[in-house]
Amino acid sequence: METLKLLFKSPKFIAGLGIFVFLFLTAFIYPAVVDKNPFEMVGLMYEAPSSRYILGTDNFGRDVFVELIHGMKTSLIIGLFAGVIATAIGVTIGLFAGYKGGTVDNILNSITNIFLVIPPFVILILITVSLRSRSLAVMGLVLGITSWPWTARAVRAQSMSLRGREHVDIARLNGASVVEIIIREIMPYILSYIFMAFVLQVASGILNEAGISMLGLGPSNVVSLGTMLSWALLFESVRSGAWWAFVPPAITIALITFSLYFMNTGMDEIFNPRLRS
Amino acid sequence: MSSNDEIIKTENLTKVFGSGKKAIKAVDDVSISIKKKEVISLVGQSGSGKTTLARMLLRLLKPTAGKIIFEGQDVTNIEGKEKKAYWRKVQAIFQDPYASFNIFSPVKKVLLDAFKLFDNKFTKEEKWRMVCESLEAVNFRPDEVADKFPFELSGGQRQRVMIARAHLIKPELLIADEPTSMIDANLRSGILELLLDLRDTEGTTIMFVTHDLGLAYYVSERLLIMHEGKIVEEGEADKIISEPDHPYTKQLIADVPKLSEEWLLE
Repeated sequence: METLKLLFKSPKFIAGLGIFVFLFLTAFIYPAVVDKNPFEMVGLMYEAPSSRYILGTDNFGRDVFVELIHGMKTSLIIGLFAGVIATAIGVTIGLFAGYKGGTVDNILNSITNIFLVIPPFVILILITVSLRSRSLAVMGLVLGITSWPWTARAVRAQSMSLRGREHVDIARLNGASVVEIIIREIMPYILSYIFMAFVLQVASGILNEAGISMLGLGPSNVVSLGTMLSWALLFESVRSGAWWAFVPPAITIALITFSLYFMNTGMDEIFNPRLRS
Repeated sequence: MSSNDEIIKTENLTKVFGSGKKAIKAVDDVSISIKKKEVISLVGQSGSGKTTLARMLLRLLKPTAGKIIFEGQDVTNIEGKEKKAYWRKVQAIFQDPYASFNIFSPVKKVLLDAFKLFDNKFTKEEKWRMVCESLEAVNFRPDEVADKFPFELSGGQRQRVMIARAHLIKPELLIADEPTSMIDANLRSGILELLLDLRDTEGTTIMFVTHDLGLAYYVSERLLIMHEGKIVEEGEADKIISEPDHPYTKQLIADVPKLSEEWLLE
C-alpha cells in the first residue's frame, strides 16, 4: 500500500500513465462515439491537411485521422494481448525453473536459451507468412510467443534467490504443494517486477507489430499503426512529400511506447529504493 | 540403548554438494541417535555441516548416501502422504525470525496454514480454538496478535509465533536451528524456556543446532560436537565440558567468553 502511494507521487509514473490513459481512452471512446469507417475513401490521393480532414488523406483517399484512431486501437489491443501472453509464459516458466532447480531448470533454461538466440523477428516473419488470415488474436499470440524468453530469464533469477528463504521451508514443512509454494510464497515477492516486465512487453508488442506490419505482414482487414506505415511506404508518400501519411502513426507509436517506458522507469525507482532520488 | 526409547537415528548419512573436483562433503558419514524426550544439541561452527544435517533430518534436503530411521521406519526416501505424516511428527524452528515469515500473511495465516498437515480433520471453530491455545501458550493475547503482519512484530515476538506453530502441530521431534542467535540477549532465556516447556508439557524431543557451546550446555542433556562434516565427540553435556576429548571440543570450550576474565585479543 505504501509503495502504491509512493508510486502515485512519482512524476515519471504519473506522466507515463497520464499519456497512456489519454491515448487508450481516445482509441476506445472515439470509434464508439463517432461512426466513421476508416476504410471509406472520402477524398483524393494525398490531400493535404485541411479543416475538412485534420490530418489529410492517404494514398486511397481515406481520412488519416480516422485511420489513426482506429489503428491505435488495433495496435493497443495487439500489444496488450501480446504482453499478457508473453508475461504469462515467461513468468510460469521462470518461476518453475527457478524454484525447482536441477533437471527441470536445465530443461526449461535450455528451451529459454534456444528461443533467446533465435532472432524473434525471423520466427515472427516465418509464422505470419505461413498464416492465411491474421486476426488480432493471432497477431497478439504470435508476438507473445516470440518475446517471452527474457521475462522467463529474469523471473527465473529472482525465483532462484527466493527459494532458499526460510518461509519457503516453513511452507514445505506445512506440506504445501509446489504450485502452492510458487503462487503464495514466491510470486507475491516479485509481483512488482512482473508488472514492470508486463509493461515493457506491451511496449515491445506494439513496436514489433509495427515492424512486422511494415513488411506487409500485419493483421488482415483492419487498420493498425503498422499497416498505415506500410501503405505510406508502398505508395511513396515520402517522395511525394505527403508527410501526413507517415508522421502521425510514427509519432503515435513513439508516444505509446514512450509512455509505457516512462511508467516502467517510474516504477523501477519506487520498487528499487536504491534508485530513488 | 534399546531401540524402544530411540526416536530418530541416522546411518552413515552423507551429503555432497557439487561434483567432480569441486565436490564438497558437507556431512560426512554421520551416524547419530536421539532418544525420546531428550534435549540434545548439535554444536559446530559455521560451515561445519550442522545445518545441512538438520535439513536432511527435516527431509528438506536429499541425502547423497545413508539412511534416516524415524521410530524404526526408514524415512530416507518417503514422498507425498508419508512425508506429510512425517512432518506432522518432525518440525522446525529456524534461525532468522524475519525470513521465516511470508511478509504478505498475517500471524493467524501462518498458524492456520499448519493445518494442511492434518488434512481437514478439524472444523473451523476447532482450528481457531487451537490457534488461540497455542498463542496463549507462548504468552500472547490471541486477539491482539492474530491479525498482525510480521513487520509489526519484533524478532522475539516472531520467534514466539514460530514456537506457537510448533505448539500447534505438537511434533514428536522439534529441530531448532539457532533459534536465539538473532534475538536480543535479554530475550533469549525466555525463548529457550518456552521451547523447554514444550518438552515438559508435550513430551517433545528437542534438538538444538547451534554454534554456541555455552547455550548448548545450558539447555541440553547431551551434546554432539560437529567439525568439518563429522561428529567428533558426543556424550553427556557435563562430561564433555569437564573432560573434552577432541582438540576441537577443547578449543570450543576455550572460546566461550567468560565475564570474569579479560579477553585476549591475539
